[in-house]
Amino acid sequence: MSEMTYEPLMVEPAGVPRGRAMIERADWAARAYAKYDVATVNRIVDAAASALAARAQEFARDAVAETGFGVVEHKVLKNVACSTGIVDAYRGQDFVSPEIDDVNKIVAIPRPAGVVLALTPSTNPVATVSFKIILALMTRNAIIISPHPMAKKVCSAAAKAMAEAAVAAGAPDGIIQIVEDPSIPLINALMTDERTDVIVATGGSPVVRSAYRSGNPAIGVGPGNVPVLVDSTADIQKTAARIIESKAFDNSILCTNESVVIAEEAIADKLLSAFAREGAYVLKDEERDAIRNTVFPEGHFNIKMVGKDAVWIAEQAGLKVPAKTRVLVAPFDLVVPEEPFAHEKLCPVLGFVRVPTAERGIDIARAILRITGAGHSAAIHSANPDLIMKFSAAVPVLRVSVNVGNSLGASGIQTNLPTTMTIGTGFAGRSSVGENLQPKHLINYTRLAYNSDVREVMPAFAGLNPWVAPAGPVPAYPTASNDRNNAQVPAPIHREPISQDVAELRDEIRKLIVEELHALIKN
Amino acid sequence: MTQEHVAAPEFDYGLFSYDSKEQMLDKSKEFWNPGKTQFWIDSGVPLVIDRREEYFIYDMSGKRLIDAHLNGGTYNLGHRNPEVVQAVTMAMQHFDIGNHHFPSLARTALAEALIKTAPAGLSKVIYGSGGGEAIDIALKTARHATQKRKIVSIIKAYHGHTGLAVGTGDDRFSKLFLSDRPEEFPHVPFNDLEAMEDALRGRDVAAVIMETIPATYGFPLPNPGYLEAVKVLCEKYDALYIADEVQTGLMRTGELWGITKHGITPDILVTGKGISGGLYPIAAVLATEKAAGWLNEDGFGHISTFGGAELGCIAALKTLEICSREETRSMVHYIADYVGKRLAEVQATYPDWFVGIRQNGVILGLEFAHPQGAKYVMRHLYENGVWAIFSTLDPRVLQYKPGILLKPEVAEEMLDRTELAIGKAYAEIRNERRS
Repeated sequence: MSEMTYEPLMVEPAGVPRGRAMIERADWAARAYAKYDVATVNRIVDAAASALAARAQEFARDAVAETGFGVVEHKVLKNVACSTGIVDAYRGQDFVSPEIDDVNKIVAIPRPAGVVLALTPSTNPVATVSFKIILALMTRNAIIISPHPMAKKVCSAAAKAMAEAAVAAGAPDGIIQIVEDPSIPLINALMTDERTDVIVATGGSPVVRSAYRSGNPAIGVGPGNVPVLVDSTADIQKTAARIIESKAFDNSILCTNESVVIAEEAIADKLLSAFAREGAYVLKDEERDAIRNTVFPEGHFNIKMVGKDAVWIAEQAGLKVPAKTRVLVAPFDLVVPEEPFAHEKLCPVLGFVRVPTAERGIDIARAILRITGAGHSAAIHSANPDLIMKFSAAVPVLRVSVNVGNSLGASGIQTNLPTTMTIGTGFAGRSSVGENLQPKHLINYTRLAYNSDVREVMPAFAGLNPWVAPAGPVPAYPTASNDRNNAQVPAPIHREPISQDVAELRDEIRKLIVEELHALIKN
Repeated sequence: MTQEHVAAPEFDYGLFSYDSKEQMLDKSKEFWNPGKTQFWIDSGVPLVIDRREEYFIYDMSGKRLIDAHLNGGTYNLGHRNPEVVQAVTMAMQHFDIGNHHFPSLARTALAEALIKTAPAGLSKVIYGSGGGEAIDIALKTARHATQKRKIVSIIKAYHGHTGLAVGTGDDRFSKLFLSDRPEEFPHVPFNDLEAMEDALRGRDVAAVIMETIPATYGFPLPNPGYLEAVKVLCEKYDALYIADEVQTGLMRTGELWGITKHGITPDILVTGKGISGGLYPIAAVLATEKAAGWLNEDGFGHISTFGGAELGCIAALKTLEICSREETRSMVHYIADYVGKRLAEVQATYPDWFVGIRQNGVILGLEFAHPQGAKYVMRHLYENGVWAIFSTLDPRVLQYKPGILLKPEVAEEMLDRTELAIGKAYAEIRNERRS
């Protein structure tokens, strides 16, 4: 039956059709990759991670140059942590091979999501790009990165370096793609396309909310606003060092950076003095007000301050602080929504409030998270397990860093939590994920389950594996069918495991970073 | 005056309507082409294409078919590709066919885009309104450049039906109209270098014209090195090499132009069909500076009112951009790989029936062990929801031409249907042989 339909002319913004082409290509790549065996997957993951780590310094420098955010040395650390670091953290874990449970007569076969659309932020551009690529590769997904426009150049370069290395190690063509010129209509088209299997959104709340509104499965996480309770049992010197180090890290650009220190009155002055010794500058009342007006003009956070260093910020407020100042500490009295210092600060300005008792501090921590940051993270510095337990149970966050800086604590770099660039904020933070984002979040399992009747015996599945190593480049180059034995077929891919050179280079980079960090801490 | 209520016709297309498919076919025979209309009815493919989108065409009955014929690549990008539709529709706010007398905005822009993506050395573009005219332009251009008259083509070649082009092809189409000119258009066997050299030895040949893979002959593949050697012979005997890339261009071989896979820079390259985006007729001839001398000598030497119509140029510009994308190339490689592997599996099931797969990218000729084998398979494909056509000049061979933007799930479905149809055609042939 025929029917004439006149559809209104739909004019799509430039770039949108190209984005769809990327999804179609990713669809083919994902289908091919979903059949790979674990050995090949591991080789691909190693190759991509090494390619990023080998240029960690360059990408860190370029990211700071392009965005104006952060500290090169710290970005190097994050770049390595989110490439080879992640790979090392999960080494030995297998997200590919079937898992056999003989007792329950269940075999679980990993099933990748397919096409992962990753939205990445300007604040941790390369680290997040790398992190999401590694997770996707480990779980045999294809990934399309949509970087924040402010960081698009460095993200493109990083993603391409990883893509080239992955394909050279045997990954399907197009397994990693990046949107070079992101725009709102393009991102929208990618998010709402039914061939996008899951969206992993890191960024501001609007990005995360629109990911959830897209109609596609989404993993998005909410913002942070980290309260830090310091009670009278804490080791003040160590606590001060940890907090200032963490707050200064990458100029507070991680969403896990400390927002407000809540100090028990008994140790508050001692803590402030210790802060000063660690390179913090404690603002006097009028200085504090000047910083407030500069960092929060008209009560709203000034994005020009994101990831800038403390001295520069002080200068903008007309203040002169010692040249080595790493953090500006702003004491204030009342944690309420109209107090700007009680909000998230992606710059090295640290709020400071005093409480008469640690128990009162728990209420204040809750007040901070009422403003923003629920589900995210909090920190406590204390020797009192009873208080630590009370604090953790009362404060609506899903991770509490104990006696460690929160920047690298909550993200698993200085704790044994899964290393991540994406902090699941759970139901409290309007997210579908409450854990640190990790490989398992990008796969489902097909579970084949036998009759529970004991007379029905499950045969041996050990050694059965549906996945195979590709025989050559994927896809094969389309050589004419009567010419397939010809030597002109593109050279077979080099399939050595990660080379000694790269491994050495990686160790070398690690050493360098450790040294840089030591130097930094000493200063 | 009261108007009696009349039931709306079942098939209403706005400017015209039909009461039924039967009525439509009757009128088709009465007013249009009785021979062709009856041929398809007799062939078991009574197709009247109605709705069309992506790689799907729908018969008037509503029957859906996956298009694996694409009318020779015309629908390379799918039917009514939304990007091309948008480009042409937008262009209609400003452009029309244009005026061939004058320098033209769109023709120049397309020419630049074609040259930038063409094999190096090609530097000028001349437009036709269709592939046949473009071939005629190519042949005239070669004759002008060499001041020689003979054109060598292969036996069973097919380059179109216009005045000169028809001479390069099978007698069936030239003799019908008393247009065969064997003295000017010698034909040599395909893949036969000796015959080619014999034809060229007299140094009286203006050009050799070759489809990179002869489509209508069932896509017999050039032997490895054959085209390269023909090019060398052309150089040796001062003949031009004309690459007819109408069916092998636009990424169908996994590279934008099939001829580049042979490392050949032709003197002249012809593109048509797919370059239109399936929406506005256009064809183009790309020539080297040396070959295109007549454009300086007499720019009005070839006149074509519709050749390079500006709306067609817009369709072609968008088409060329889509075809040139990195993503498209990658997808063609995936599609070619997948289709090739699945067909090899089918072939393993019917080794004495499905006897050959000729493949270069998404250009495929499927050979069957029966003189009319592809007609059987075509009919069973039609019944099972795939449209692919037999090769007119070798009906053992089915032309199987998946789209370059085919989605994986449609590719899978197409192969499921194809496998069944090949099996059913085999069963039919076996039954015929038994009875």
